[in-house]
Amino acid sequence: MSFVLVQVIVGGLLLGAVYALFSSGLTLVWGMMNIVNFAHGDFVMLGMYVAFVVFTLFGVGPAAGAPIAMLLLATLGVVVYFALIRDIMKGPMLAQILGTFGLALLLRYSVFAWFGANFLTLPQDIVGGTLVFAGLRIEASRLLAGIVALLVTLGLHLLLTRTTLGSKMLAVAEDATAAQLMGIRPDSMQAIAWAIAAGATGLAGALIATFFYIVPTVGETLGIVAFVTVSLGGFGSVPGALIAGLLIGVIESLSGYLIGAVYQDIVVYALFVSFLWFRPQGLMGKM
Amino acid sequence: MKLGRLLGLLCAAAISLVLTSGAFAQDKVVKIGAIFPMTGNAASAGIHAKAAIEVALDIINNAHPELGALPLAKNAGLAGLGGAKVEVVFADNQGSPATGQNQALRLITEEKVVALTGAYQSGITLTVSAIAEKYGIPFLTGESVAANLTERGFKWFFRTTPIATDFVRVYSDFLADMKAQGMKTDNVALVHDNTEYGTSVANTIATGFKEKGFNIIDVAYASNATDVQSQVLQLKEKKPDVVLMISYTSDAILFAKTMQAQDYKPPLLLADDAGYSDPSFIKAVGKMSQGAFNRSAWSVGAPGSATALIAEMYKKKSGDDMDDTAGRQMQGFFVLVDAIDRAGSTDPAKIQAALKATDLKPEQLMMGYKGVKFDDKGQNILASAIIIQLQDGENYFAVWPKSNAEKAPMLPYKGW
Repeated sequence: MSFVLVQVIVGGLLLGAVYALFSSGLTLVWGMMNIVNFAHGDFVMLGMYVAFVVFTLFGVGPAAGAPIAMLLLATLGVVVYFALIRDIMKGPMLAQILGTFGLALLLRYSVFAWFGANFLTLPQDIVGGTLVFAGLRIEASRLLAGIVALLVTLGLHLLLTRTTLGSKMLAVAEDATAAQLMGIRPDSMQAIAWAIAAGATGLAGALIATFFYIVPTVGETLGIVAFVTVSLGGFGSVPGALIAGLLIGVIESLSGYLIGAVYQDIVVYALFVSFLWFRPQGLMGKM
Repeated sequence: MKLGRLLGLLCAAAISLVLTSGAFAQDKVVKIGAIFPMTGNAASAGIHAKAAIEVALDIINNAHPELGALPLAKNAGLAGLGGAKVEVVFADNQGSPATGQNQALRLITEEKVVALTGAYQSGITLTVSAIAEKYGIPFLTGESVAANLTERGFKWFFRTTPIATDFVRVYSDFLADMKAQGMKTDNVALVHDNTEYGTSVANTIATGFKEKGFNIIDVAYASNATDVQSQVLQLKEKKPDVVLMISYTSDAILFAKTMQAQDYKPPLLLADDAGYSDPSFIKAVGKMSQGAFNRSAWSVGAPGSATALIAEMYKKKSGDDMDDTAGRQMQGFFVLVDAIDRAGSTDPAKIQAALKATDLKPEQLMMGYKGVKFDDKGQNILASAIIIQLQDGENYFAVWPKSNAEKAPMLPYKGW
């Protein structure tokens, strides 16, 4: 295997980890709560802007920006749940789609009005430049995002499978009425789920901002991949999203390098469709 | 039945009354439609375009004798139409060819604009101008460069900007000069996206360059990429002498960042305007792209000159320095309004005739073209471009040809 190919695969894995990190919040809301959150990409965008503002005001990198973004977005998640989601969940599917889509536009163009349409970036070496291992070049910022993606995935997985809180959330997702009869308040469980999902998303945004450009429409660019990642991984499976993200990243990088970048999306989506044909529940989802 | 028909008649009468009274009211105002990407990924370009046109409107609608030979500046409003003011209705194409088309339809049928300009992305200019052609409304683009736009036999389409075939000449002459200075220029990598702009410009340059004996390496990618590492690694492996970037802002930023991360510097990096001219590109990654060459027809000129005054007005309006793209948009708009002024009428056919008769001299222009004169296809045959270089990572300086140069070209590409 040529050396460049190794670099391509490593790059693909790091990209995939970013996709996984990007999608973790969506997995939780879509997979567990059964709500398609079209504003997901814009939550990430908000996380990116929080990191940018924190850097501009205080001159500190993601060490402060990421936790702040996580807290702010978690708060926003709760607000959004009580102000919007709680009501549209009672309506038909279409209400959810249009409601969250409207929220997406509201967030996107509020940021647009405030910051303008200019492309912003954080300094290239904000996390520590590029690391070189035996000739392999790895951006520290992407490596950090990859490690955090693994930790977030692990954390969410443990939360859902090993804690009472997780069981309660799953119970509400399964059958809200039955859960209520067992003494669980669906409202607070759902709000907590939204806080966790939005917080993870804000964290993802703050980390992605260290190596990507920041613009109000960036959620659109990254958003589609998140939906593909979650459905490939299997609805409701947090580890599934991680594996799916890594797979998509590597396939994209390899096909972009070997066949040509114009075709990389075709390869990814063709494989995605044919995979779902054989296994509609996704990699790790249950039927 | 009878009542329905009577009602219909009454409605028709009412509508025609409204329409005619509207037409009377419009006599004092000339309405022009401008379609740009105000939202979406190219919004930064669209918002700068809007600022450029608003500055042009200020110059046209108010007296600006200090701007010298620039047509329409001297007196307020359009002299040819009894001092009528120009009003621009802006519409957002959202970066989508279909939306652009709908907006064109709305501007023509609802807003009753007498001419259109826009639409930044060549792929959207393509669809928008087809609507203008269908309705017989003049469409002038100051910035879209895809060669095929003027190859469709359209009667109502005009273009002031230099196009890909002009760039082939400019770029190959420039590279020949750099070769004479000791640079290798035989292998040229064309890095381009898969939009109308990216593919058509890359195709034209590839064809023209092959005739001149260059080897072409084609590196295509999907626009609004999430990652460009594999393309940068391809470049790193194939080691071209020259990398020619044909990219919009978002991808241009990603390329600059990835090149730095992968420690890849081509010996010579030449950009085809677009993203590399966007002020937000320079702010974001200019320091990582020092020594990038770019094409331009804009030069600020000496303090106190008409161009310097315009640059000042533009900076006040937009908060950013004037760049080539905004300049070409503004120039295109001036040419369009000048034609309306000479037509002395808002009748589309008369504007079309006046556009065909356009013959502007270099001193009447704000851009460095050799003039404006349209051929049968609507293409400005006197358009031209110079090469500029981002030497310090913050400002572009004219470096080629020698007659226009403010500084000598800095070689090789420095990067960061």
